[in-house]
Amino acid sequence: MSKKPSAPAETGVAPAATPSLPSPHAQAPANAALTAEQKIELYRKMVRIRRFEERCLPVYNAGKIGGFLHLYIGQEAVAVGACSLMGKDDHVITAYRDHGHAIAVGMDTKPLMAELYGKVTGCSKGKGGSMHYFAPDLNYWGGHGIVGGQIPLGTGLAYGVKYQGKKGAAMAFMGDGAVNQGAVHEAYNLAALWDLPVLFVIENNRYSMGTSQERSSAGELGKRAEAYDMKWYVCGGHDIYEVRATLDEALRCAREQHKPAVVEIDTYRYRGHSVADPDKTYRDRKEIEDYRNTKDPLQIFQNQLVFEKVLTDTLIAEIDTAARAEADRAVEFAEASPFPTAEDIQKDVYWETDQPQRTSEGRIFFNSID
Amino acid sequence: MATLTYREAIRAALSEEIERDPNVVILGEEVAQFNGAYKVTEGMLEKYGPKRIVDTPISEAGFIGMGIGASMLGIRPVMELMFWSFFSVAYDQIVNNAANVRYMSGGQIACPIVIRGPANGGTNVGATHSHTPENILAHHPGLKVVVPSNAADAKALMKTAIRDNDPVMFLENTLLYGIPGEVPEGDITLPFGRAAIAREGKDLTIVAYGRCVVHSLAAAQQMKAEKGLDIEVIDLRTIRPLDVNTILKSVAKTHRVLIVEEQRPFCSVGTMLAATIQEEAFDELDAPILRVGTIDAPAIYAPPVEKQFQLPNPDRVIAGILKVMR
Ligand SMILES: Cc1ncc(C[n+]2csc(CCOP(=O)(O)OP(=O)(O)O)c2C)c(N)n1
Ligand SMILES: [Mg+2]
Repeated sequence: MSKKPSAPAETGVAPAATPSLPSPHAQAPANAALTAEQKIELYRKMVRIRRFEERCLPVYNAGKIGGFLHLYIGQEAVAVGACSLMGKDDHVITAYRDHGHAIAVGMDTKPLMAELYGKVTGCSKGKGGSMHYFAPDLNYWGGHGIVGGQIPLGTGLAYGVKYQGKKGAAMAFMGDGAVNQGAVHEAYNLAALWDLPVLFVIENNRYSMGTSQERSSAGELGKRAEAYDMKWYVCGGHDIYEVRATLDEALRCAREQHKPAVVEIDTYRYRGHSVADPDKTYRDRKEIEDYRNTKDPLQIFQNQLVFEKVLTDTLIAEIDTAARAEADRAVEFAEASPFPTAEDIQKDVYWETDQPQRTSEGRIFFNSID
Repeated sequence: MATLTYREAIRAALSEEIERDPNVVILGEEVAQFNGAYKVTEGMLEKYGPKRIVDTPISEAGFIGMGIGASMLGIRPVMELMFWSFFSVAYDQIVNNAANVRYMSGGQIACPIVIRGPANGGTNVGATHSHTPENILAHHPGLKVVVPSNAADAKALMKTAIRDNDPVMFLENTLLYGIPGEVPEGDITLPFGRAAIAREGKDLTIVAYGRCVVHSLAAAQQMKAEKGLDIEVIDLRTIRPLDVNTILKSVAKTHRVLIVEEQRPFCSVGTMLAATIQEEAFDELDAPILRVGTIDAPAIYAPPVEKQFQLPNPDRVIAGILKVMR
């Protein structure tokens, strides 16, 4: 992919055409500080995401998952790299391609799989589905289905953190298609105007559904930050060290100086937009193969960690076997779980009606009589 | 008791809640330095400072969405829409985020936000500035919808709204802002879903809310003087939750119903009321339920025409009463 390094990204790191070995970002402070165990954990998380999602496919094809299934395969280094930098007052929110972030923040894969099945043991009790994973206890605020709609919310998380005097930041993820939504620009303006500690992270996988970046967006995506006097970065999203190095710097700036920034990360999805996308009309198979063969985030990090002598062949195999087994267990859990009941439909609508005692009076749900 | 205008009553509620809870923050266009487009927040910046009273850019989708996000963390933003008419540019944030986020997270998230501002016609500001979206808002489970008709209720309901842990849509009225009323002193709240019997009667039930309560009371008084009719006027106070019991009880007494609303008839709040009453009290009815609402067109500018013909007013309410009583 030819993307010129962006000059105004003062602190940015230019994307490497093909990540090289060893990673030029290994010595960045965020990465140099990692222990071997932490590195293995990063690798393990990426593998767990991939195996989880691969396991979703046959389940989907068997008709057990409804609606859409947007796979994150190919983009794992972005979510894992970003979420690995989170402190206790940092928050994350993303769009509907949300499985990777969910696992990256530490959600258990059993309730994630159960959610896809629409089971009551799902992370949203079967009420959200694939696009709407949430774990507020892990500072993970979803999982949002309206393109760009989560970006004002992420800005609000940053506003909340700052209002409460905490030293934290929010990372609001979006796709390359989302940057054309008005709400995103409104959020940019508010964040820059009020010095809110939010990073707008664009996962640029080059396509919004079947529309390439070239066909949907004028100019460089990250550069739009300049209109709001925001710092912006562009970096590669194939080498997790690069993701961490860039976001670490941007996050520090957000936490310490309440400065927002836009971080555009080059990445690529191997699968169709959703599982229903036959993926035949808008991109070349060769393009996909090139990415798989030369920029796969799992392979790159595996090579790096083998080079660093952190990973061995045995450990690689162990991690892989464990991740496959975990995905199988998630399927078993989901299969064995019950669906929500008809009575569950009207639970979790209002905070109030979920309490043992209502505070308001009158009718709050209006049902047809049948 | 103190005599306060509707506007002052809302300001009193906002001020008391700001003082009570450090998480309450007021945001909106012109709420701070300009003192509020309709002066509801007048003087509050001076008193509470710029952290609590915040001027926003003209960016409803952005700042309403931001408020929703902040509320998920426990902040209690009270967001002013200069006019509820402008909710349309923030509609996605309201219906997809505020109304749905609790549900889609399986009940893990609460969204204690209040969105408030005036929602009415009758001020000759044309179709873009005269929307009354209470029906549209109440259509969305997850939202609560409040429509006070007088100063005392406005204050008490605003306090309830701010303390509520669900998103509350609070619809005021520019033509009520200046109307004084007796407001009980102290920390008085009112539960949502409790209608008021604004006037007792036995011959006909008028169900109304907001400024239409004022029209209905005027019409009822005239009908008493001219025809000796005893008309009961119910002030709903909130649309969702809805005090169905008070309506049904009144219908069982009067057997006749007129709904008065500043809504165009198609899928209005009154449509819902009429459906509910006929489903649950059909046998009590001695006449069809009629509605007096807004004439079904975009809000006309021409001042006398909007006032006399398009919107509900006491004369139109009287015409409706006579029809139901026929
Ligand atoms: C407001 C809105 N418009 C359209 C859609 C349908 N839609 C869902 S995803 C998508 C493409 C978005 O692409 P991008 O932002 O690049 O994210 P990616 O799928 O690549 O992760 C579209 C058009 C939607 N969900 N929301
Ligand atoms: Mg994309």
